[in-house]
Amino acid sequence: MTGRLRHYAPAVAVFIGVLVLWELAVRVLSIQQFLLPRPTAIAAAFAEHFDELLVVGRNTLVEAVGGLAIGAAAAFAVAFATARWATASRALLPFAIAANSVPIIAFAPIMNNWFGILNPLSKMMVVAVLVFFPIMINTLRGLTLVDQSSLELMRSYAASEREIFTKVRIPNALPYIFTALKVSATLSLIGAIVAEYFGGSQSVLGQFIITEAAFFRFANAWAAIIVASAVSIAFFGTILAVERVTIPWHASARHGDAT
Amino acid sequence: MSDAVVTIRGATKVFDVGADQTRALDGIDLDVGKGAFVSLIGPSGCGKSTLLRLIGDLTQPTAGQVQVNGKSAYQARIDRDYGIVFQSPVLFDWRTVEENVELPLEVGGVDKRKRAQRAQAMLALVELTGFEKRYPWQLSGGMQQRVAIARALSFEPAILLMDEPFGALDEMTRERLNLELLGIWRQTGTTIVFVTHSIPEAVFLSTKVVVMSARPGRIVDVIDVDLPQPRSDLTREDPRYFSFITRVRESLRGRVEGSSLRAAGS
Amino acid sequence: MPQVARNALSFALFAIGIAVVWEVVKLLGGEPTDAWQPPFQWKIATDLNMPHIWDIGGAFVEPAQRNGPVLGAVLVDAAVFTFREAFGGFVIGALLGLGLAIVFVHSPFLERALVPYVVASQTVPIIAIAPVVVIWLQAGWLSVAVISAYLTFFPVTIAGIRGLRSPDPRALELMRSYAASRRDVLVKVRLPAAAPYLFTALKVAATASVVGAIIGELPSGIRDGLGGAILNFNQYYISGPAKLWAAIIVAALVGIAFFVLVRGAEIVLLRGRLGRTQA
Repeated sequence: MTGRLRHYAPAVAVFIGVLVLWELAVRVLSIQQFLLPRPTAIAAAFAEHFDELLVVGRNTLVEAVGGLAIGAAAAFAVAFATARWATASRALLPFAIAANSVPIIAFAPIMNNWFGILNPLSKMMVVAVLVFFPIMINTLRGLTLVDQSSLELMRSYAASEREIFTKVRIPNALPYIFTALKVSATLSLIGAIVAEYFGGSQSVLGQFIITEAAFFRFANAWAAIIVASAVSIAFFGTILAVERVTIPWHASARHGDAT
Repeated sequence: MSDAVVTIRGATKVFDVGADQTRALDGIDLDVGKGAFVSLIGPSGCGKSTLLRLIGDLTQPTAGQVQVNGKSAYQARIDRDYGIVFQSPVLFDWRTVEENVELPLEVGGVDKRKRAQRAQAMLALVELTGFEKRYPWQLSGGMQQRVAIARALSFEPAILLMDEPFGALDEMTRERLNLELLGIWRQTGTTIVFVTHSIPEAVFLSTKVVVMSARPGRIVDVIDVDLPQPRSDLTREDPRYFSFITRVRESLRGRVEGSSLRAAGS
Repeated sequence: MPQVARNALSFALFAIGIAVVWEVVKLLGGEPTDAWQPPFQWKIATDLNMPHIWDIGGAFVEPAQRNGPVLGAVLVDAAVFTFREAFGGFVIGALLGLGLAIVFVHSPFLERALVPYVVASQTVPIIAIAPVVVIWLQAGWLSVAVISAYLTFFPVTIAGIRGLRSPDPRALELMRSYAASRRDVLVKVRLPAAAPYLFTALKVAATASVVGAIIGELPSGIRDGLGGAILNFNQYYISGPAKLWAAIIVAALVGIAFFVLVRGAEIVLLRGRLGRTQA
C-alpha cells in the first residue's frame, strides 16, 4: 500500500502545488481574469452553476456515447466482414489509414445539414465518423494478426472457420479493441464539443463554454472545461474498468505500461 | 600471482528482490593470470554471469574486493580495460556491420580514419572482410556473434569477458567458432574469462576451469586443463580431454577428487 | 508492383468507389430531373445536401465570389495557409513531445509527477482553450500553431517514452562497459531505437496538426485558412452547397498529403532497418 502511495505522491504534490501557486500568482500579480481566473473563483462558479453544468454535461455526454456506439458498431461490422478475406482487408487498410488523416471535423457542417442542426444525431454522426477508423483499423489488426501456430492448432482439430473466429480471432482482438475504445472515449467527447461549435442546441457543453467566454465570464468557462475533462476521464475510466473485467489476463499483464 | 590480471577476494553478492534477499555469490576468491583462458561453469543460477559482471563493474559486490588490471573494477571500466560479449550479439540494427564494430571507438573519441582502420582489421580477424556495409539482419547468428567479438576487441582491451557467447548457436557453428576464438586468443594474447554451461566447451577452450555450485554460488573446484596448445579437432580425440570432462562433471555433481576447495593458484 | 503504387491504387479505387456509390444513391433517391424519376425520395440525397459529383468538380473552376478568383485558387491559397500553421504546430509539438519524453526517461520522479497531467491535457477540449490562446498570443499564425501543437505533442511524448525505453538492457550494459556518458547513450542508443516508434506517432501527429490548425482558426476569426473557408461556405451554404464540399475535400487532401509526406520521410530515414517501416 505504501508503495502505491509513494508512486502517486509526486503527481498529487504537483497538483496541489500548482493550485496553490496559481491562486497566489493571480492574487499577487493581479493577472487579468480572462487569462487565468483564480482556482477559488472557478470553484465558486462551479458551485453556482452546478445544475446547469450537470444538464449541459449530460447532453454532451449523450452525444459522445451515442456517437461512439454508432461508430463502434459500424467499425466492428466492417472489420468482421473483411477479416475473413485477407486480400480485402489488406486493400482496405491503406484507404482507412488515409481516411483517418482527414480532418473529420470539417464534416460537422455537413452533418448539421443532413441530420438537422438541432438534432443531437448530427453531433453523434461526427463523433461516429471520428471514431470509426481507429476502431476499425485496430479491430481488423486484432482479428488478423493472429499467431500462425494458433491457427494451425485449430486446423489440426478440424475446427470450422467460424469456430476459429469465435475461439481464437475474437479473444485475440479484444486487447486491440479496448485500446481503440479507450482512445475513442476521449476523442468522442472532444469531437462532440467541437461539433457543437458549428451550431445546434444551446444546452450543451460546447455552447456553454463559448457563450460564457464570449461574455468574458471566464470562471464559468473554465468550470465547464473542467467538467468536460472530468467527464472524459470518467468515460475513459469506465472503459478501463470494463476492460479489467472482460480481459483480466491481459490488462493486468499490461500494468505499469505508459499507455 | 603478480601477473594476475583479475584478483577477487571474498566477493559476495546479495540481491534484494522485494522483501526477499537472494544470495547470488558467497565468498568468491579467484585469480586470473595474464593471457589465461578461464571458464566459469556451473548449474543455472550459480551466479557465474553475476561474477562476470562483477569483474566488469556492471554490478557491484555487496562485500569483498574485485581488482582488475591492478585497479578497482570501476577504474578498469572507466579506462576501458575490457570488452564484453553477451549471449545475444546485441548489435544495433540501424548500424552497418562496420559501424557496429566502430561503436566503442566512437564512444572513446577515436578519430574517423583510425576507427575505420581498426574496424577493418578486426573484421579481418573474425574473417568477415567484405561484410562491412551489411546490416545485422542480413547476417546469420554465428556471423553476428563474430561481429560482436570484433567489436569487443576493437579497442584492444587487455581482457575479454564472454557470457555464454555461443549458447544460442547450433553445435556445428559452435565448434567452428570455438576454434576461431582460440585463434584470436593466440593472435591477440588477450586474457579471456568465459562463462558457459557446456562442459566440453569449457574443457576444450580453457587453460583453467572454475567450477561453481548452485545458489549461493561458491567455487567448488579449480581445474588446470593442461592439454597441449594449440588446441584443434585432434584435441577432441585425446583421452585426457575426456578425463577432464569427467572430472568437471563430477565436480559439478559434488564429488571432488583429491583436495577440495583450491581457492588460489595461477 | 511496389507497395507504394499498390497503396495509391487502393486508395484511388476506393475514392472512385465512393463517387460511384454517391451518384447511385442520388440516382435512387435524389431529386427528379426531366430525364429521370428516382424510385425513392431521401432527404439526405437532395441536390442541396448531396450535390452531384460533377457539380462539386465544376465548383473548383468557378469564381468563389462574384468577380473573385476561381474557387480552386482560393482553396489552394487557404490550404497553403493552413498547412503552414499545421506544419509549425507539428514541429513545435514534435520537439516538445520528444523533449518531454527525454526528460521523463531520465527522471522517473518527473515522469510520475507529470505524466498524469500530460494525459489529462488531452481530455481538455481544445476548442475551449483556443480563444484563450488567441488572446494571449494575438490572433495569427503563432496562436494557431500553438493550438495545433497542443494536439500534436501528446502522441509523440507517449511514443517517445516507449521508444527511448525500448533498447535491449544488454545494449545499455554494453554502453556501460564502454564507460559511455548519458548523452552518448541517448544519442547513440536510445534515439535511434526510438525512431520507428516516433515515426508511427508522427504520422498520427501530422493529421492531428491539420485538425488542430483548422480548429484553431475557428475562434480566431482568421478567414484566410481552410477553417475560415469552411465556416464561410457553411454560412452561405444555400447559395452554393458544392463549395463547402469542395473545401472539405481540399481539407481532406491536405491531411492525407501531410501524412504521406511523413511516411515518405520515414521510408527514407529508416531505410536499412528490417521490417520497421510499416504503416
